[in-house]
Amino acid sequence: MSVMTMVKAINNALDIKLDEDKSIVIYGEDVGVEGGVFRVTEGLQQKYGADRVFDSPLAESGIVGTALGMAVSGLRPIVELQFEGFTFPAFNQILSNVSRMRNRSRGKYAVPLVIRFPYGGGVNALEHHSDSPEALFAHIPGLKVVIPSTPHDAKGLMISAIESNDPVIFMEPKRVYRAIKQEVSEEKFTLPLGKAKVVLEGTDITVVAFGAMIRECQKAIAMAREAGISVELIDLRSIYPIDRETIRNSVRKTGRMIVVAEAHESFSVGSELIAVANEEAFLYLEAPPRRVMGFDTIVPLAQGEKYYIISPDRIFYEIEKSVKF
Amino acid sequence: MIQNDLPAIFRDFNPIEDKMLQVIDNEGNVVNKKLMPVLDDETVTEAYKQMLYERIADEMAISYQRQGRMYTYTPNIGQEAIHIAAGMNIREEDWLVPAFREMGTLLAKGVTMKEMFLFYLGNEHGGSFKDVRHVLPIAISIGTQFHHATGIGYSVKYRKKDEVVYTFIGDGGTSEGDFSEGLNFAGVWQVPVVFTIQNNQYAISVPVKLQTNSINLAVKSVAFGIPGIKVDGNDFFAMYLAYKTASEYARAGKGALLIEAFTYRRGAHTTSDDPSKYRGKDEETRWGLTDPLIRLRRYMQSKGIWDIDEEKLISAYKSEIDAQFVEAENNKSYPWQDIFGHMYTDMPDELKRQKMEYEQFLSWKENRR
Ligand SMILES: Cc1ncc(C[n+]2csc(CCOP(=O)(O)OP(=O)(O)O)c2C)c(N)n1
Ligand SMILES: [Mg+2]
Repeated sequence: MSVMTMVKAINNALDIKLDEDKSIVIYGEDVGVEGGVFRVTEGLQQKYGADRVFDSPLAESGIVGTALGMAVSGLRPIVELQFEGFTFPAFNQILSNVSRMRNRSRGKYAVPLVIRFPYGGGVNALEHHSDSPEALFAHIPGLKVVIPSTPHDAKGLMISAIESNDPVIFMEPKRVYRAIKQEVSEEKFTLPLGKAKVVLEGTDITVVAFGAMIRECQKAIAMAREAGISVELIDLRSIYPIDRETIRNSVRKTGRMIVVAEAHESFSVGSELIAVANEEAFLYLEAPPRRVMGFDTIVPLAQGEKYYIISPDRIFYEIEKSVKF
Repeated sequence: MIQNDLPAIFRDFNPIEDKMLQVIDNEGNVVNKKLMPVLDDETVTEAYKQMLYERIADEMAISYQRQGRMYTYTPNIGQEAIHIAAGMNIREEDWLVPAFREMGTLLAKGVTMKEMFLFYLGNEHGGSFKDVRHVLPIAISIGTQFHHATGIGYSVKYRKKDEVVYTFIGDGGTSEGDFSEGLNFAGVWQVPVVFTIQNNQYAISVPVKLQTNSINLAVKSVAFGIPGIKVDGNDFFAMYLAYKTASEYARAGKGALLIEAFTYRRGAHTTSDDPSKYRGKDEETRWGLTDPLIRLRRYMQSKGIWDIDEEKLISAYKSEIDAQFVEAENNKSYPWQDIFGHMYTDMPDELKRQKMEYEQFLSWKENRR
């Protein structure tokens, strides 16, 4: 065991897999000598050489498109896109090819590719550095979308993502990168993709969240506890495939659900979860499931971001409203 | 196809031969007398002052950031000759479609340091440049601006306006598809756009040799059938000549051009970057000798036209810039309604609902106190 940040835990996962599997290559903007702008690939070029860990030209479409070529011809590429806001030049490759190649080739060409990038707000950043575009990726058939909330989960999920024979979008909450330290095993371990985790059991209401919102929810749950409300907290971890069973069991038990996420609420993961709650637990519901999510606005720059970001008191407010409904 | 009446410098400094336009050397000696632009002493002095202003503004911005009074900042240090030469050629009605590292040109268009500071203090009002004519906001998504400039060029041509479009990109940006697509469109449409690549040798940590196998960046113009030239970007006179020539060509309706300004990012990529991770001190020292301010000063001194009390000027600039910073810093007004207010011409009901619910939450919060 050793104490790790999420940055360190992901670095450790990459290190373990690079060591174990010669078909793995890692590339992207500034991932080589620099070790990534957040240092997630720090030290890996020195350790494994510049033909396995390297800087690419500055072109996201090129990064993802070439990775597809590598993936169908015997390599297992892991590419870094520098920020969520710069995944979009690669969107055409992701949507038109990465997600479709297996089906298009009737299973002849699998695409074992991990596309990883930091996402999310709360870091006083410039435009395109605070967004949460998980729904855009989760909407694309053929992709898996994973979001860890802790160093431990990040490591186990990353190793599973690398071992997946299907393409995985791995979104890393940048606000959590160095904010949480945790004991994490240095040994190899995996966590299943597609499985949510019940972080905290409770009886009055289900709160579903992921990424940086887990911590905010935990703060809100402390407020709820004082108000005598028992909250069940679910960390979704896998956006797609979604873990219907865990949601069903929890909502049938509590009869209430709110979804907490940073993204714009319309046509979001929150909307999807409410559909699941309706389909799976309609007769158990005692209050309308609600989204506690970002507005349908551009994430503001630093001075306005406090209004956009989901605060613990706003989560508590919604918990209380739902319970009093 | 490239026109026959190509301006001489674009013929004489053919990027295929990897030639570079230069007028003065590092010591400020004139190395190409024939090409020295005709500028009176006052204009040269003014150019130096503007470069100095940009330099001081940058240094102060970095120090505000270090004091924790401002968020991440993108310095321009070492690239001032490009910005000011462009700024002295760009007219009020001309368009500026910026990337994110050409502050001097923004200032020349009338943007103020207060606005720049406000932007880096995290307030959208600072980055809208809404009070100056024909300037688009900073483009953070690299390369996208090349298409916007070309589209504006089409519009200018269609509306028969006497306007030229200036746009910028970095060396790293030339790898994006939008760079090539933009130049291709501009070539096909023959639009009045002056494209500048600021080749400052790095894209964050990545050196140019990992971006391209081309002998230089100006040569990329050849494939798109537009004139291109590589210019010493730390030589104010060379940059001035390039912009003067290019803007006349574009204004005359002859089409777009590409200028590679060969320069060096003397500072960090941003205040969160540490260049010692990827480049040596020797290299920084070597490039330091080509600094555009030092070169221009030496030229002026040897020509006997140096008439600036630099220390006095610097302290005047410092207090003027500090006053603008303090004004920006004291601007605490950011009403929460602002995050909804600029999304649509007519706010959709859905957004009105979200706004109303947020207001209810705020009053709940107020009552709990
Ligand atoms: C599409 C896109 N990808 C990645 C980034 C992140 N990024 C910001 S600046 C930068 C390097 C830019 O280098 P260059 O084009 O040479 O311009 P310079 O910073 O040197 O002025 C990168 C990769 C971005 N802003 N946009
Ligand atoms: Mg550069």
